[in-house]
Amino acid sequence: MAVRELDVAAVTAAVKAMCMEVNYDLPDDVYEALKAGKAAEESAVGKAVFDQLVENADIARRDRVPICQDTGFAVIFAEVGQEVHLAGGDFAAAINEGVRQGYGEGYLRKSIAEEPAQARRNTRDNTPAVIHTNIVPGDKVTLTMMAKGGGAENMSSLNMLKPSQGWAGMVQAVLDTVSKAGANPCPPIVIGVGIGGTIDMVTVLAKKALMRDIGSKHTDERIADMETELLEKINALGIGPQGLGGTQTCLAVFIEEMPCHIASMPIAVNVQCHAQRHKTVTL
Amino acid sequence: MATKKITTPLTDEVVRGLRAGDEVEITGVIYQARDSAHKRIVALIESGDPLPFDMQGAVIYYMGPSPARPGKVIGSAGPTTSGRMDVYAPTLMAHGLKGMIGKGLRTPEVKAAMREHTAVYLAATGGAGALLAQRIVGNETIAWPELGAEAVARLEVRDFPAIVVNDCYGADLYEEGRARYAKS
Repeated sequence: MAVRELDVAAVTAAVKAMCMEVNYDLPDDVYEALKAGKAAEESAVGKAVFDQLVENADIARRDRVPICQDTGFAVIFAEVGQEVHLAGGDFAAAINEGVRQGYGEGYLRKSIAEEPAQARRNTRDNTPAVIHTNIVPGDKVTLTMMAKGGGAENMSSLNMLKPSQGWAGMVQAVLDTVSKAGANPCPPIVIGVGIGGTIDMVTVLAKKALMRDIGSKHTDERIADMETELLEKINALGIGPQGLGGTQTCLAVFIEEMPCHIASMPIAVNVQCHAQRHKTVTL
Repeated sequence: MATKKITTPLTDEVVRGLRAGDEVEITGVIYQARDSAHKRIVALIESGDPLPFDMQGAVIYYMGPSPARPGKVIGSAGPTTSGRMDVYAPTLMAHGLKGMIGKGLRTPEVKAAMREHTAVYLAATGGAGALLAQRIVGNETIAWPELGAEAVARLEVRDFPAIVVNDCYGADLYEEGRARYAKS
């Protein structure tokens, strides 16, 4: 296969557009899940919350105003085909330039603080983005962007379990995380679970799991069953929309797994609010 | 349940009339303040310096908006997680704060201070910032503009929707609502 040249200016333009679109246009899968959630919810207050969220999404789409004032940390998964030659500049810098332009021109909130331990100065352009780059076969570049809010991210957890704790221990870790979070992460939530790997990889898996569309079934039936079990158990907690009590606490559970060390049993739980803002483009 | 209409500043009498689970609509002036602003306000209280607004009967909205488009009052403007303000809230209540609007759980210390000082905690719908912004009709930054979204602003609201989570009698809607629907 011939090497395909791709100017990084196209990356900047794509990221800029995604930053704005994810914040104004709630993805169809999430919008439909909110409507289905209202129908399934038993609590009257919970149903009213779903109504507000659907109306909020409609206003955001119409007026080009962010779905949520926390327009998030820009998290980008980049799959770069190994036949692509990225030309015209630095790839990561091109992504960050797209974030800078998108958040600036799109009237999006700048929520990133530098020197987090002490000064906590706002970087004023929402950079840097969190970028995960993988080299894959082919001659395309696929960019998936997620605007990740701080409130839900703060409720996430990393658990280094003992292998003896088994799947039951993992279920408990997920339920403990969601239970402790309660109303804080703006339920109805979406849960991304990473299983296996190392301390770094398990959290990336949990984040990557959140990129799936609500309503999609995992291709591996074993994992699909694990997701269903977790979803049912989370919704039995009674937390409900906005934590006000109800049956629809969680819209979906997504799991990504990989093998792990014989001594380890890592599980990461990435909590996501109902404003599940994600989008993918292929260049 | 009928929605209760309340106006700011809040009096003890109004606060005593609110119960966990009540749906309210707030009209009047409320003050936008979140993490950094709280830190600075408490520092002013400790040093005995004047505050950016009168705390007596005040309602604070834990919120940091997105930038307003030209001609608009405010950008997206939903509540942020209240728990981060828990360390500051009892001090503010001791100096007259009567209402807090946010989302998420409060500590036992904050709930105790609400009973002691006759204050109320209300939740607005998190992640409904586009919708809630429509009920904000006035917006003026009154302190620390350099904090950007974390500056203190005087917001004028009309029929701003919220639900009482913690009242001044110790009731907690988050606990009650969850217990009602828990299946395990």
